[in-house]
Amino acid sequence: MPTIAPIDVDGFVVRAGFLKDSAWFATGEGEIAFSGTGETRCRPHKAGLLAAECTHDATGLITSGDDGCIYRTAGDGSSVLVAERPRKWIDLIAAGPSGAVAFASGRTAWVRLGDGREKEFAHERAVGGLAFAPKGMRLAVSRYDGATLWWAGTDGAPVDLRWKGAHLGVSFSPDGKYLVTSMQENALHGWRLSDSQDMRMTGYPAKVKSFSWSQKGKYLATSGANAAILWPFFGKTGPMGQTPLQLGTRGDNLVSAVACHPQEEVVAVGYQDGMILMCRFADNAEVLLRRPGQGPVSSMDWDMAGDRLVFGTEAGEAGIVSLRD
Amino acid sequence: MTATQDAPAQIPVTVLTGYLGAGKTTLLNRILTENHGQRYAVIVNEFGEVGIDNDLLVESDEEIFEMNNGCICCTVRGDLIRTVQNLMKRKNAFDAIIVETTGVADPAPVAQTFFMDDDVRASAKLDAVVAVVDARHVLQRLEDTEEAEDQVAFADVILINKTDLVSVEELATVEARIKAINPYAVLHRSERCGVDIAKVLDRGAFDLDRILSLDPHFLEHGHHEQECGPDCDHDHHHHDHDHGHDHHHHHGHGHHHHEEDPHSVKSISLRAGDLNPDMFFPWINQVTQIQGPNILRMKGILAFKDDPQRYVIQGVHMIVEGDHQRDWKADEPRESRLVFIGRDLNWDVLKDSFQACAAQ
Repeated sequence: MPTIAPIDVDGFVVRAGFLKDSAWFATGEGEIAFSGTGETRCRPHKAGLLAAECTHDATGLITSGDDGCIYRTAGDGSSVLVAERPRKWIDLIAAGPSGAVAFASGRTAWVRLGDGREKEFAHERAVGGLAFAPKGMRLAVSRYDGATLWWAGTDGAPVDLRWKGAHLGVSFSPDGKYLVTSMQENALHGWRLSDSQDMRMTGYPAKVKSFSWSQKGKYLATSGANAAILWPFFGKTGPMGQTPLQLGTRGDNLVSAVACHPQEEVVAVGYQDGMILMCRFADNAEVLLRRPGQGPVSSMDWDMAGDRLVFGTEAGEAGIVSLRD
Repeated sequence: MTATQDAPAQIPVTVLTGYLGAGKTTLLNRILTENHGQRYAVIVNEFGEVGIDNDLLVESDEEIFEMNNGCICCTVRGDLIRTVQNLMKRKNAFDAIIVETTGVADPAPVAQTFFMDDDVRASAKLDAVVAVVDARHVLQRLEDTEEAEDQVAFADVILINKTDLVSVEELATVEARIKAINPYAVLHRSERCGVDIAKVLDRGAFDLDRILSLDPHFLEHGHHEQECGPDCDHDHHHHDHDHGHDHHHHHGHGHHHHEEDPHSVKSISLRAGDLNPDMFFPWINQVTQIQGPNILRMKGILAFKDDPQRYVIQGVHMIVEGDHQRDWKADEPRESRLVFIGRDLNWDVLKDSFQACAAQ
């Protein structure tokens, strides 16, 4: 039977995750709580925190806030300023290879490379999301009417991927073959990068705000429906013409967050009422991990071994679910 | 933590519109400095030359998103969606949101954002659109630009500012012109935006209720007391002039008058008793689908047959939103009232088709 260790946090959990063995929780009120052998709390930003990401080497967190600052915070709670754009709300960040950090505000994205050089990428319309490719210094920027692939380390020509509408979240498949965006409409859009072939994934009753790739990138799990929707990305054509898996269907609640298990074909599904289920792909077997709480599950993540799941909610609840005693 | 177990309340949003120099920033600073115990998150389009002193101040570049649904007027402000979502990560830091738009902004995408985006709707509700107009320049603006007319047409509250810079007669002309575009907005006069802030903020239910009590034709005939409460700060003595002026225009210079211009904004008020919902909903859907681009705003309070509750409805262009509000009171006449503010609307056709929705 899974056990839950609750963690006290001071507000809306923007992001939760693991830094090696230590669980961390970053809240909109600006607090970062680390829970490992002991508890460490820090507050790098002057006010609110808008986004948080683990660094590639899992030695620290990158956070951005409404003070226009981007900090790198280590597990001991010490922070260093990475970059600053005074008066801007930096609400999008991505961590790249070799210490690179991408961030965006309005129509502009920047990359700060590990050696301190900065590059600016201007777009005609609003930037909606940032993602580094799994290999190489390549940055995908989702934006109004499509996405742009930039070379962050060199001056190579960018690639434009066009699809009408506002593209928000963005993610590369782990094999780097596909780029997927969530849209202002209740849909996903995808491109097969080898030939820019478009893929439309529609039918959601709500916006897709959470995605997670299953182990080896076989499935893309998504929120935004009354079940976790998992699109198959194996085979030559990816999800085209395929029916997605629907796991953890509930009649009266929408899925607000998903996190695929790092080892098994299992996904953690968080709902608007705060409930969390664990669902197996093969037979849709369900295990209850958390009963409904006070607000929608806003973030979840597994540790490397897949033994523990961290979660946070919009109502300021957080905890660590342990599958083993 | 018991308080958070209830469904989270929607944060009220006030939208400030008005041309550059009309006094939006002055009004904003008055709202922020007056001691009312409210904490505001303020979303501005650009940091102006006049500073705004507020803890939670966000600069937001206007980003109009068209929706992929084939509807040309279904636009939202993408930057507002993003900003509201970001603000909701710090719900404890503020009680209400104020959005200041640029002088030339079309108010429709701003208003539609609060109806069309599910996430924004879940967390925030449009309380009122407040237009600040400059008494000395507004008539010229209305001649020159559609945006100025749209801003007046969209407003729930209109602040006629800088009244000290015009004569009593000029002010009366300004008020008559504004009322001709939008007779349903509450008008306040001010110098340097000196208005009781309570008359600008937290208007929601009050303004919708006014639709039932307010007949625009009463206004034209000077029965202003119907609208103003006992705390009304209008000086009523000039209403005779107002009336005379209107009268004069209608009969003397009709061909110059704005109401003769078929493309100018005007309002249509429809009335009926109990309605048949099976007739009404298809009708309103059809009207808004076909005439949506011409409809700037639509509001109504409706009585459906055998329904003990009042149904309130409002819309922007093609978007219609409605819900039950409360029981009809015993002493309240069950009357359906629907108003449209827009361009090129055919009153006769709307009236006849609306009345065909009456319950038999």
